[in-house]
Amino acid sequence: MRKIMVGVKRVVDYNVRIRVKPDGSGVITDGVKMSVNPFDEIALEEALRLKERGEAGEVIAVGIGPDDAQQQLRTALAMGADRAILVKTTELVEPLAAARALLALVKREGVEIVILGKQAIDDDCAQTGQMLAALWERPQATFASKVEVAGGTLKVTREVDAGLETLEVDLPAVITADLRLNEPRYVKLPDIMKAKKKPLEVTDFATLGVSAERGLRTLHTEAPKPRSKGVIVKDVAELVAALKSKGLVS
Amino acid sequence: MSRILLIAEHDGRKLSPATARCVTCARQVAGAEVTVAVFAADPAAVAAQAAALAGVAKVVTVAHPANAHALAAVLAPQVVRLAADYSHVLGPSTTFGKDLMPRVAALLGVPQISDAMAVEGPYRFKRPTYAGNAIVTVEAPPDRKLVATVRTASFEAAPAGGAAAITAVSLEVALPTHTRFLAVTAASSDRPDLQTAARVVSGGRALGSKENFQLIFNLAARLGAAVGASRAAVDAGYAPNELQVGQTGKIIAPELYVAIGISGAIQHLTGIKDARTIVAINKDAEAPIFEIADFGLVGDLFQLLPELEKSLSK
Repeated sequence: MRKIMVGVKRVVDYNVRIRVKPDGSGVITDGVKMSVNPFDEIALEEALRLKERGEAGEVIAVGIGPDDAQQQLRTALAMGADRAILVKTTELVEPLAAARALLALVKREGVEIVILGKQAIDDDCAQTGQMLAALWERPQATFASKVEVAGGTLKVTREVDAGLETLEVDLPAVITADLRLNEPRYVKLPDIMKAKKKPLEVTDFATLGVSAERGLRTLHTEAPKPRSKGVIVKDVAELVAALKSKGLVS
Repeated sequence: MSRILLIAEHDGRKLSPATARCVTCARQVAGAEVTVAVFAADPAAVAAQAAALAGVAKVVTVAHPANAHALAAVLAPQVVRLAADYSHVLGPSTTFGKDLMPRVAALLGVPQISDAMAVEGPYRFKRPTYAGNAIVTVEAPPDRKLVATVRTASFEAAPAGGAAAITAVSLEVALPTHTRFLAVTAASSDRPDLQTAARVVSGGRALGSKENFQLIFNLAARLGAAVGASRAAVDAGYAPNELQVGQTGKIIAPELYVAIGISGAIQHLTGIKDARTIVAINKDAEAPIFEIADFGLVGDLFQLLPELEKSLSK
């Protein structure tokens, strides 16, 4: 039966207000709530639905990161993934290295469909899925809002700047999930208990025979320049007068 | 000298305004010579538009039936072949460029700088992370090709006035057939393009229905503005996906941005932070949108919008 692999990245939670370290060396992550990247939850949900529709036999969740990233993989297992793999590293991983590690696992496992989030909400790179597809020499269908399986092909609707684009791709293929692909399920308590018994393999870049070398150097991190505080106008007349005085409306 | 290859975005007939903004970014790299590459089934019209941009040194065209639609898997190996003579390969950070450029970078075996927002050196750029809440300065290795996408809202469009030579090239590259274009459904619109409009009126969840969202279209028509929407409004089906503004939608920098019934989640604010003037209308005085608005008006939008429209028509 067809195997689906999904990426599960541990990121600073969606609701955390990001603060930059005073010395410009990065953002504060100590004591900050960490979660599964929201786009990865959507990717996993889609994989689970494909399995529930009988289009796949096994869903494998893969994380790349520190030991603590096991927490997010347990969440993925509680949502319904069959097993998980952590590629353990304490270093920052760039998308190209992540794509190389995923490719090694895709080949080892004989995966036919890979679904990743379209971007991670920490580095906002939006690269890994496309890079994996390139290295694998297989199709990519990014920013997906609808996925249909038809034999050995996928029909994928993509959210693009112009509207909605539909592609047909041969399997195996890589999909990246956009916001409106689905609404991820909530995890129920009994599933969290069950997830503890599901297999979670820990490996690393060296075992996979993949370089985790970084190409970019991050020199400095700063907070964005704040916008100056505006004014509250009392009514429509005052608003229109203000816009007219700035020449924004005639 | 930096030899920069800029991949043109177009729909087969018209060059996207995003490309003119990328030209400005490319020109800020010291000693840059900018070549625009047009991949199309019939590139002539688009190539002529690219050649007319000030600051473009050359235009190269790659005509091929397989280039009729921009498929990343088909374009990437051609871009890689063409990139042999260049130090930098740039594309816009639109869904076109975001889809294509990482595939190019991976084939070249180099990292990509996503969403370059400021040029600090030939290999050093600033880019936003964490929905624009942390700006990082990153440097790519100067002995490798640099691949980057350009955050178009951060750069003005290059003006007209160029007269670059256009050269047709043919690339002997095997193209994959595993990816096929089926259709694109675009809401045809005679309104200004959201990504490049000088004025934008956006609606949020508070509009309450697709029918009510028509109020946004009405006000936009009155102002000659493009229409945008918050994620909540798109998720609720009030507005189509291509109107979404924010971290995961479109990043825009209009002269005037009018946010109506949008509370202002961080993810939305990151998409409008570069707007020259922000106006917010919301019934909740505590809404975060008021923290970045130049002019805020607290009240019921269903009462205020007709009033606003009326005073603008005077």
